[in-house]
Amino acid sequence: MIKQLSVFLENSKGRLSQMTRVLSEADVDLFALTIADTTNFGILRTIVSDDEKAAKVLKEHGYTVRLNDVIVVAVPDHPGGLSHVLDVLTDSDISIEYLYSFVNKPHESALIVFKVDDVEKAMNSLNEKNVPLLSRADLMR
Amino acid sequence: MFFEEKIETASRETIENLQLERLKDAAKRVYENVPLYKKKFDDAGIKPEDIKSLNDLKKLPFTVKDDLRDTYPFGMFAVPKEKVVRVHASSGTTGKPTVVGYTQNDLNMWSSVMARLCCAGGVTPHDTAQVAFGYGLFTGAFGLHYALEKIGAMVIPASSGNTEKQIMLMKDFETTVLISTPSYALYISEVMEQMGIDPKKDLKLKYGLFGAEASTEEMRAQLEERLNITATENYGLSEIIGPGVSGECTHKCGMHINEDHFIVEIIDPKTGEVLPDGTPGEVVISAVSKEALPILRYRTKDISYLIPDKCSCGRTLKRMAKITGRSDDMLIIRGVNVFPSQIESVLLSSQDVEPHYEIIVRRENWLDQLEVLVELADERLLDNYSKLEKLQNKIKSDLRTILSIDATVTLVQPATLKRFQGKAQRVTDLREKK
Repeated sequence: MIKQLSVFLENSKGRLSQMTRVLSEADVDLFALTIADTTNFGILRTIVSDDEKAAKVLKEHGYTVRLNDVIVVAVPDHPGGLSHVLDVLTDSDISIEYLYSFVNKPHESALIVFKVDDVEKAMNSLNEKNVPLLSRADLMR
Repeated sequence: MFFEEKIETASRETIENLQLERLKDAAKRVYENVPLYKKKFDDAGIKPEDIKSLNDLKKLPFTVKDDLRDTYPFGMFAVPKEKVVRVHASSGTTGKPTVVGYTQNDLNMWSSVMARLCCAGGVTPHDTAQVAFGYGLFTGAFGLHYALEKIGAMVIPASSGNTEKQIMLMKDFETTVLISTPSYALYISEVMEQMGIDPKKDLKLKYGLFGAEASTEEMRAQLEERLNITATENYGLSEIIGPGVSGECTHKCGMHINEDHFIVEIIDPKTGEVLPDGTPGEVVISAVSKEALPILRYRTKDISYLIPDKCSCGRTLKRMAKITGRSDDMLIIRGVNVFPSQIESVLLSSQDVEPHYEIIVRRENWLDQLEVLVELADERLLDNYSKLEKLQNKIKSDLRTILSIDATVTLVQPATLKRFQGKAQRVTDLREKK
């Protein structure tokens, strides 16, 4: 289980760079990042090196920030790799709210962040099927 | 054409005698029947019989919108409820409307004074008039409707909205007179253009009688050109009667006041002192002939000035200039009164947003647009977009309930809106003011 930060951003020029500047000044490293476009605002999802610190400095700068539990799965980089993971979740009756992927140097696999309705259950099911889950420490290596 | 030529062209002496007689009577009626007025008179140390001349009017206390709100709903009626045959209402600052009532005589008077203004604006019994004001508690539609019927025009009670249908009716029924807000009329003209309808060739429009919101000479020029009409403006407010207080004749040089029923004064809004003719100030009106709700020295907050000279149309009734502004912060959006405090009450009742907001009013496609910017507070809504959308929609529907108009709700980041020390300036009105 890994903490993900959700940050409310207005869809206007410079908002994203302002936010990343706040994090860089706090010496927080970004591992993964995604934002979907909507008309006048977006929710930025990010996994960072120090979530508590990141949330604290962002709140100090007036951002609305939410910490959520997500799971990060190393998906083998071959055809069918993702579908196996999805099958495990589906068989366990777990709904995926959203997912996004990112790369992380020492890992050869594709890394995928899952936001699911039941994190504990999802982790147990994936562990049972020997799907490798990553911890923050794994990302820091 | 005149509707009541005798009074519309009466001498100053005749008008003033009538005003004094009616003022004395109204003062007596409110003093005896409306506790709020008895208290106001007593506090000011004045009795109805102290009114000996029109000059004594300025000794009387003012009436304000809050008086109507404080006595909601019927506390200012001067007749028993069974004499009241109609009520109308306008939006108030707290969500409670201000209620006005009419006896049958009041309705007859209302349709007559409005009929005078319709005739002054060009309407004859041969005309077909399309009323594109919303029918309901709002006084606009009914005020015009009965006046036009009284003249003998054919009335199409189209109500507001459904613009393409409005245009279809206009074409098929050969409408000659359009009744609406000036901004809606301009919007109609835009839609006509999109539909490929040329008012000069395809329609029979001759006159537009516009009201319920102030407009500029530039707006009039646009309306006349686009719709191929003579456009006049009329003025009124529900607290006094609705539309019918004053209106332009086709010479378009100020709005003739129905002075025999409505005594208009212009005051300095700060000192309350009466200003001479020609000097701009706040319009104060006494509705001296009304039975259900006689109102004395009502502060309209509208800014105008009086024009005493005789008009070339032959009417001797004094004119008032177009309203140039308001002495408070009330916004008129698509003809609807909107107080920033109403918007605030909606926003502040939501736990999910910060108590900081901005209101932006724009005019797009000739229609007023209201945008409310508010800072997101509740981080839990960041779980997914639908929670944020739900919040936006909730605020939007709450605003519609209070204001009866649609607003765009824009969520912004906390701490990004202006903060104020002292009096907040939360309203940005980007509509052109000339």
